[in-house]
Amino acid sequence: MRTLLASVGIAALALSGAASAGEDAVLSVDGEVFVTEAAAPDHLENVDTIYSGWVFRTDETQELQLDDFDNPSFIFLDQALDTWETVDGSEGKSCASCHDDVEDFAGLKSTLPRVENGELVTLTNLVNECRTERMGAEAWKYSGADMSAMTALIAHQSRGMAMSVAIDGDAAPFFEKGKELYYTRVGQLDMACANCHEDNYGNMIRADHLSQGQTNGFPLYRLKNAKINTTHGRFKGCMSNIRATPFKEGSPEFKALELYVASRGNGLSVETPAVRN
Amino acid sequence: MKRLSLIAGIAVLSAGIASAEDVMPAKVMFDDGAINASLTGMTGNPEEGAKIFMNRKLGNCLACHMNADMEEQPFHGEVGPALDGVGDRWSEAELRGIVSNSKEMFPDTIMPSFYRDTGFTRSLEKFEGKSILSAQQVEDVVAYLLTLKES
Repeated sequence: MRTLLASVGIAALALSGAASAGEDAVLSVDGEVFVTEAAAPDHLENVDTIYSGWVFRTDETQELQLDDFDNPSFIFLDQALDTWETVDGSEGKSCASCHDDVEDFAGLKSTLPRVENGELVTLTNLVNECRTERMGAEAWKYSGADMSAMTALIAHQSRGMAMSVAIDGDAAPFFEKGKELYYTRVGQLDMACANCHEDNYGNMIRADHLSQGQTNGFPLYRLKNAKINTTHGRFKGCMSNIRATPFKEGSPEFKALELYVASRGNGLSVETPAVRN
Repeated sequence: MKRLSLIAGIAVLSAGIASAEDVMPAKVMFDDGAINASLTGMTGNPEEGAKIFMNRKLGNCLACHMNADMEEQPFHGEVGPALDGVGDRWSEAELRGIVSNSKEMFPDTIMPSFYRDTGFTRSLEKFEGKSILSAQQVEDVVAYLLTLKES
């Protein structure tokens, strides 16, 4: 009885936390509390504390992520679950033919991208490898609707787990390349990722509250375009905003940047599918 | 008659981006981060400068700087310093230098260089070889900033 009361108390706390936005709000879904603020991983030189992008959003946007019935992402995840069971390609297979349950992928998103046989692979690469090599199906477009939804569904299985991307060993050269890109100024506005997301997170840039650019919630639903957005799609948008020619989605540059940026969030909970503005 | 239409043609051209009289970005002389002479040889128009200041496709200065003079505009940024009184704190030459290329004075700044047309990495093709603002637009913004006095 006492335990029950205590847990009711915690639930009430979590609820009251949800009502207030800002940097003290608590992200909790179905009683599960997420880590949205953590000590920065040791390899970060200029930041002491890391914050999920959720922390920087308005009350209204934050609330959409507190209940899966309010979270618009789940329409897309349901579609992906149908696709999961749909046969495609020359081998007569669906995802479900080989993988019994999508839940088996818990712990995958939190460790990606990672190096396999000397190559850096993303979740998108893994899905397309299955499609082309085992299903005999065509590769999906890197950030197309099918791929965005499927990677969101698979990443969702890691929700609540801590981001834990390897940066040493085989991953080290990719980490270094991503880091170099993160600090390189590009475009006519001549800005690097770090100018906004390391030096100015928490500040308003016109109507936007600058976040640390963490990827623990990706793929995620954006209110701006009412669809699931991928990390590479977001990188592309950022580069265009600073009047730079974006790298291609799935390019070695964006994959290295994805590894580096993901590693900056090591310790934050996976939130996929998050909701952002 | 022929001569008149030629002059009219030149007038139309100068209303566009650059005039032959302008100091081109590559020729701008900085003096401790400041630019002493007007880029157009003339004084800018502060009312035009205010429009450029808030226009998202032009200066968009408001994206990063708070400006009490534009209280009626929503969404003032917090990335750079507030510009209230900036016309008293800096000289015209210093303001011209900071707007044109603030990295001459503050090497690590996030602030874009508004009058520079080379030296960028991976610029979008449509902005290749172009400065964000024209010489006239820089002068207009400088003229506007000079109206922002401490009160």
